Order: sequence, then C-alpha cells, then structure tokens
Amino acid sequence: MQPLIVVENLVKRYNGRGPVGRPGVVHALHRVTFSIAPGKTLALVGESGSGKTTTALCLACLERPTSGRILLEGRDIAALQEKELHAVRPQIQLVFQDPATSLNPRFTVLEILTEPLLFQRKARRSEAAELAYALMERVGLPAEIARRRSGELSGGQRQRLAIARALILSPKLLILDEALSALDCSVQAQIVNLLIDLQLSLGLTYLFITHDLAMAAHLGDEIAVLDRGRIVDRGAPEMVLRKPEKEATKLLVQSAPLSTGIQPLRRVS
Amino acid sequence: MQNALEVRNLHVNYISRAGTSVSAITDVSFDLGPGEILGVLGESGSGKSTLAASLLRLLPPNGRIRSGSVRLQGREILEASPGELERIRGKQISLTNQEPSLALHPTMRVRDQVGEVLAAHESLSRGARRERTRRVLAALFPFETERISSSYPHELSGGQRQRVLIAQAIACGPSVLVADEPTASLDPSTQREILSTFLNLRWKLGLAILLITHNPFLLEGLADRVLVLYAGRIAEIGPAESVLSKSKHPYTQALLRCAPSFARRDGEFPRKSKLPVIPGDSPDLAAVPEGCWFEPRCADRWEICRKREPATVPPGAGHLISCFKFGG
Repeated sequence: MQPLIVVENLVKRYNGRGPVGRPGVVHALHRVTFSIAPGKTLALVGESGSGKTTTALCLACLERPTSGRILLEGRDIAALQEKELHAVRPQIQLVFQDPATSLNPRFTVLEILTEPLLFQRKARRSEAAELAYALMERVGLPAEIARRRSGELSGGQRQRLAIARALILSPKLLILDEALSALDCSVQAQIVNLLIDLQLSLGLTYLFITHDLAMAAHLGDEIAVLDRGRIVDRGAPEMVLRKPEKEATKLLVQSAPLSTGIQPLRRVS
Repeated sequence: MQNALEVRNLHVNYISRAGTSVSAITDVSFDLGPGEILGVLGESGSGKSTLAASLLRLLPPNGRIRSGSVRLQGREILEASPGELERIRGKQISLTNQEPSLALHPTMRVRDQVGEVLAAHESLSRGARRERTRRVLAALFPFETERISSSYPHELSGGQRQRVLIAQAIACGPSVLVADEPTASLDPSTQREILSTFLNLRWKLGLAILLITHNPFLLEGLADRVLVLYAGRIAEIGPAESVLSKSKHPYTQALLRCAPSFARRDGEFPRKSKLPVIPGDSPDLAAVPEGCWFEPRCADRWEICRKREPATVPPGAGHLISCFKFGG
C-alpha cells in the first residue's frame, strides 16, 4: 500500500543565532527520512531541541524546508508555491501541547470550530454550525458549551476542542506535537482513547511527537528516534526499545520511569 | 527532633466575585520531617497549588485561610505579621514555581538574581555575598559555574533556568523548600537531573522538600512519603513505595492505572489498546456532596459513601487512608 506521507532527506537550516547569542547557522534537521502508511501512527521521540517540532512545522507547511521532499500521496508538497499550498494545508493539521495558547481564549467553541470552514469557504454559516456540533459530539464535548469561550474550559476540554478544530477540514494526517504532555494523567488517558477511536473510525494517520516513551510505545505502530536533527533509530516499538543500541535511544530508555517497565533489565511484575 | 513543618486542620477558601465561598483545602493535616521529601500528588483542582501558596501565605486576594495551623520549625506562620513574613519567606521557607521564565528577571545576570535574594535577607559585605553566590551556584552547576553565573536567563535551557530558581530558593539556607511542579515542560532526562538535584540538596543541606506534582512517576525513587490530594482533602498518605505500588484509596489506584505501562502486561507491547480511565468528571468544588467526594466515580463504592464523608486522615506515621473501606 502506498504510504500516505513520505519524507525524504529533509534538511532545515536556520540562519540566525546559535546558543548564547552568537551569530551562526543552526542545523535543525539533517536528511530526515521516514514514511507513514495510511491509518497508522508514527511516534517521533527525542530530547528537547532534537528537531521534533521543526519536523512538525515542515510537514504542516508552516516552515519551508531548506531541501528535501515531502510527498503527500505521491505529490511533493515541499516544492509547491504558496498559492498551491492553500489547498494542501487542510489535509495536514497540527495539535499543539498547550491549547491555552493555540486557541483564542475569547472565541467561543462554535466560533473556533466554524472559522476554518468559513475561511476555506468549505461551507455556509448554517452548514458550518451543523458540522461543528457533529464534531463536538464526536470528540466528547457536550453541546451546551458551544457558546462558552475557550478560555473558560478545562484543560481536557480545550484539548478536545483543539482536536475537533484540527478535524473540521477532514484532514488525512494529524500531527500531535506533545499534545498530551500538559494534561493530568487521568485526562491524558481519556484523550488517548479518543485518538484511538478517531483513528479507527475516520481512518486518520498520526505523527505523534512526544518525549513520553511509554505513551510513544503504546500508540505507535512504529517509533523513530531523533537526535540532534537526525533519525538514529526506527522500527517497531519492541525492536527499538527492548534492546536499544543507539546512544540516544539508550538515554531515553534510561530516563523512563521504572514502573512503566520500559527499562528491560528491571521489569516490575 | 522537631518537624520542619507541621500542618494541622488547614481550611482554605476562595471567595468568588458574587460573594460565594468555595472550599479549596479542607481539614488537611500532615507533618514534614527534617530532611524529608514529601510528594504531594494531585490533579488540576485538587488544591495542590493552593496548599503550596497557603504555606507561604501567598494566596491571591480572593483566597482566605479560614482556620488551622502551620508551624514552621515550631513557629506559627499563620499569626506572623507582614514584616515577620517577609523575613521568613526566602530565608526559612522557599517556593519555586513551574514557570522559571516568568519568575526570572530577563535583564539581570544569574549571579545578580541570586545575589539579590541574599541582599534581602542577610547582612553580608559585597565580597561575602559574591562568595556565597558562587558557592550556591557551584552546588547547582558544578561543571559550568562561571558561564551560568554570568548568563542571562534567555541564554539558558529550561532545565538550567529551573536550577537557577532553585539556587535562589536555597541561597539563604531555608529548612523547607516547596517545589510546585518543578519539572513541567522539561524532557525526561532533564527532569531526572532536576530530581537528582533535589536528592543532593536533601543529603548535603538537610533540606526538607514538599514536591508537588500531578505526575506520580516523578515521585518514584525520590519521595520518602506521598500524600494524595482529591477535592482539597487528603485521600491517602504513607511511605512512597506503599502509596505508589500498593495504593489503597480507590482514587489513587484508578489514577495509577491510567498511565500506559508494560509492567502490567509482562513486557508485552500492547497495540493501541484503550487505557482504563476514571469515569465521570473531576469534582466541582462548588457542588458539595453529602458523602465522599470521590463516590460518584468510585468503582468500590458502598451505600454509606453517598451519605457520609469518611474520616479525615490524622497526622502521623504509617499508611493512612480516608475511605470507609479502611475504617473511615
């Protein structure tokens, strides 16, 4: 089956200041290559600064790669002009870590959900509202909160709203960048179950970016390890995590809490 | 030996603009021994940050400590005058928050920010202050003391900024450090560095630490005892190993089951299976029930749980639970 998305030799360099304010070039991504099959989840793990968010931004067409290809269903979107990207962006959507900063706190739930539809001219106002309510139900948000401002919602509700907004344009690929990290444990579990449901019912493909190894192994069909802009390890979770060979992977495994059982030498029964 | 901190029957309210009052902390009592690390585990709305703020009397204007007692090294904090409080905070008890980038001055070098804390509490000559600053920073940054000392906050990583906050907090040698979500938004290996820092400080300085977090995994291998907060009340308290791996309160058990773990499946990697969730919503503190606060979501509930609240956990050693299943 053709992969939904293929990333080939993605390079991203920033001109600007390196650490401690000295001018220089930052090599954020170095020949990053991976692919994701439709309906599957690739979990991308790595330390802070390894390039996870840069990868997300390049795939979502919010940053232009320095070189390399990004093939969405066979078409190279990294080479497209801005005009053509307008039609591509709805197909790849992002959910960020902090819904408090990615959602306008003064907009109501309904406004946040209908805005993309109206902006992309995908529906008239009445249709947009209907679609919004349907999606609210899908993600477990009660209809009563439709007119509440996003700033008044709980963390879990806001993240459900962020997911609903990402889904309103029927994307094929959802990039979740540390989307669970700011949530309480019990709320994380609810959102994980929602993501699993949505993937099955809507055939969504996920790029799940996280520094939580246990969550990556739980949700990922495959895990890829990023280290300073390079993919150093990739494969099924049991292969990558059970006997880690690369230094970067070993470091991540060692930092995982003992009770998750990821550290293979000290499995808790 | 005297306890570093003794909290007895603490009740804290918030007053809304409409004038209604909501109880955020209800009848909380516990001890923090000298050099002890006590983990406070709670989710949003559990009252954990209110508890942290109350111990230093740093509640927002609509917060009220209704009653109770907080004794720091035997001295009652709740009766201290504003002048006395200024002398106590930073010198005898300190607080670190989870947003170091907001707490640190963006245009002051690290050494000046630590020096400022010393200047506020100690009458030292400039030379002596410089020397103390250097020693505090060396304790937290053994390998790059000079570079960190002369840096501005924006030149540091998240983990380094958190350590600068800790340096400020311990500069005057307090006996208690309250760390509120000290590792939020840090990646796992940086989290472990910060947690080792706490262990070091405990061993070297005999510092007692109240570590507040929503993540039970952070407390593994670090906390001596763990206190679990739910709806502003203590659900369970006891030795860390007991509370985290042999928890008794239905809320603690349900909470710990939420996280993905291979230990439970004997090392088999599950394929996207659904995680067990705690049914229902987090409690609405304005809607006071007759019985136990956790009852609507509890898998083990009895008739009595809806009618009466279980007994409050008294201060003391051992593994104590507020639940009818255990005598309540």
